[in-house]
Amino acid sequence: MYGFQPSEDQKTLVEAVHRFAVRELRPHLRAADDAGALPESTTRSGWELGLLPASLPEAFGGFGERSAVTGALAAEELGWGGLAGALALMAPNLVALPVLLKGSAQQKQELLPTFAADAYQPGSAALMEPRYDFDAGALETRALRRDGNYVLAGSKCNVPYAAESSWLLVYASLDGKTRAFLVKQGAAGLVIGERERNMGVKALPLYAVELRDCVVPASQRLGGEDHTDVSALIDASRVAWAALAVGVGRAAYEYALDYARNRKAFGEAIAQRQAIAFMLAEMATEIEAARLLVWEAAWLLDQGREATREAYLARNLADDMALMVADRAVQVLGGHGYIRDHPVELWLRDARAFAVLEGLAIV
Amino acid sequence: MISFERPREMDERLEFVRQVASGLMREKARYYDEYEHEIPWEFVNLMWERQLKTGESFRAGARPPSDGTSVVAQTLVHVIEVQSWGDAGIYLCGPGAGLGGAAVEVTGTPEQKTRFLARYREGKPKWASMAMTESHCGSDTAAIRTTAVRDGDCWVLNGEKIFVTAGHKSMVDSDGFMVVWATVDRAAGRAGIKPFIVEAGAPGLKITKLEHKLGIRASDTAAAVLDNCRIPLDNLLGSPDVVDPTKSFKGAMATFDATRPNVAASALGIARATLELLKEKLAERGVKIRYGTPRHLLTALERDIVEMEAQLRAGWLMTVKAAWLMDQRQPNTVEASMCKVKAGDVVTRTTQKGVELMGPLGYSRRLLFEKWMRDARINDLFEGTGQINRLIIARRILGYSSKELK
Repeated sequence: MYGFQPSEDQKTLVEAVHRFAVRELRPHLRAADDAGALPESTTRSGWELGLLPASLPEAFGGFGERSAVTGALAAEELGWGGLAGALALMAPNLVALPVLLKGSAQQKQELLPTFAADAYQPGSAALMEPRYDFDAGALETRALRRDGNYVLAGSKCNVPYAAESSWLLVYASLDGKTRAFLVKQGAAGLVIGERERNMGVKALPLYAVELRDCVVPASQRLGGEDHTDVSALIDASRVAWAALAVGVGRAAYEYALDYARNRKAFGEAIAQRQAIAFMLAEMATEIEAARLLVWEAAWLLDQGREATREAYLARNLADDMALMVADRAVQVLGGHGYIRDHPVELWLRDARAFAVLEGLAIV
Repeated sequence: MISFERPREMDERLEFVRQVASGLMREKARYYDEYEHEIPWEFVNLMWERQLKTGESFRAGARPPSDGTSVVAQTLVHVIEVQSWGDAGIYLCGPGAGLGGAAVEVTGTPEQKTRFLARYREGKPKWASMAMTESHCGSDTAAIRTTAVRDGDCWVLNGEKIFVTAGHKSMVDSDGFMVVWATVDRAAGRAGIKPFIVEAGAPGLKITKLEHKLGIRASDTAAAVLDNCRIPLDNLLGSPDVVDPTKSFKGAMATFDATRPNVAASALGIARATLELLKEKLAERGVKIRYGTPRHLLTALERDIVEMEAQLRAGWLMTVKAAWLMDQRQPNTVEASMCKVKAGDVVTRTTQKGVELMGPLGYSRRLLFEKWMRDARINDLFEGTGQINRLIIARRILGYSSKELK
């Protein structure tokens, strides 16, 4: 049976996340972007939502099970509140969910309880590399086997919370295939570089990271020796990214809609002109289009079915949608859209990230 | 619940349609494009027999029962998508109550539904049509000039209608009917516009012309003249009352809420046909689409394919959702217009790209790319142009009346 309505539990969760976004993300959107830092309260109060513990089984201190659909619903609301804050709150997922989904029994025992604890602690994933032709399926960061361990070498960029996380999940190429390794903060050869200076998502701490022959014990290879295929993680990360894009797009759209209703020109609201009204109609249509693709890809993941193509397509569509919608929101506001008194220029900068960055979130 | 599992109830009907589409329809697609207005009787009879035997619907017109658990509308968009994948022109020749029937379902009394729709469950193949457009007005239906004047126990209709899909088939080739939208009170504007059933053989209705079109040439698009056309009083669907200024027009609009997802489905069937053949032809030349590779590293060709696939899937899910809402008995005005806007854009772009990417093969009438591009274009025009549907969406999201957003 088809179904296009979140369950009652999911609705309750979405409402709670929305309230949080209204109360804790939106008010700090501008100041956090200017300061390049989120208030400490964002992750502290956000953690009380219990999003990650609700994805972890009781055996590891959580109280639920992981659902990509539920995760995507929450991500849209968080993205609506603000991309940097959303990514901050979802950063623990970057380690916890890969370990949950692909980790060995020992890795789960060791790591998951810390992510089900009462206090927020960030997680970090190092996927991107600083080159124009970066491709998650063809990494230049290498993992080599040596003396029963793995040795990682290469450059990473845009690594969230690299300096603050106890564990980093580093993606590297092993025998030509993308694999993931759990690297402990402070490991020899793990060099945390400077904060990245990007056009958007400025409030999120992102770092350049160097791996200089960083030795990782074999037991810290994600999945041990057996379940090491990370393509499902890349898929889930694309779904999360696309869901966040839907949220950012929706934020810009709603703001433009509201502005167009209130801004008067030639004796009536500008929304009463088809030139503006049609833009808004198309924005709403594209948001819905992207959202449904995201939901389907997430649903496939929850069903344990192949979702690589769907996640990729959803991400591509959502990337375009978020940029188009944010750009049009700027256009609807006219000159005011360019002024930093309004958030639409911020959303345009943030929206540009979707086609360019990846691996910053996972559901 | 969020789920994308196709209901199993529709499997058998879908399988039947798949066979008809890939065998009969696709095989004859070029023939009925070249021999405009010839009726594809083999298809018509096959579909009609199946409908008589099973009571299933393959055309717009069926309304789901009210318990909110049916999958009638969802099934319909699936079978329409597959038929249009076979051939959209031939699909539009499918017998049954169609758009005219949908108007009866939405605006008619139970007695009228029985009286007018029973014929579609027995005897020879029949069609129904819907006559709204006039030469001076299309989307601006409030400007309809065709009049209905009461004369004793009859309504007398006068005027001229154009662009009536299956007009000829409903009135000349079969004992069907045409739903004619006419005004009982010009001064009342929209409130005076009512739907009337004119049955085949009614004196005073004459099919005067069949249009020659860019595409969907198998489908007849007729003009009809109503010259003192007399019909029984109770052939007026719903109430003759003009007091409520919105009610009857709402009937017309509700009809479109019901049928727009079907138009979207038909559009997307053409788009899928194009995309599938496109990928097949590219594969023959050794082109592999690298799903998962960052988009800016793909070739222009790969990017086009990836974008088309994503857009097609999104349009399809929007269409299924609009149909699902209908089955759930939930309002779907916005979703119906959204899926039609999306599908109209998707099919136009995909089929035009099909011709472009195939180069001389795309332009050649040996293959179907050029035909699909011509067939596709109607979908952003009929049952509400892309602009009208944008207007509908905009009014809803802004909470504006038709006066506030013209």
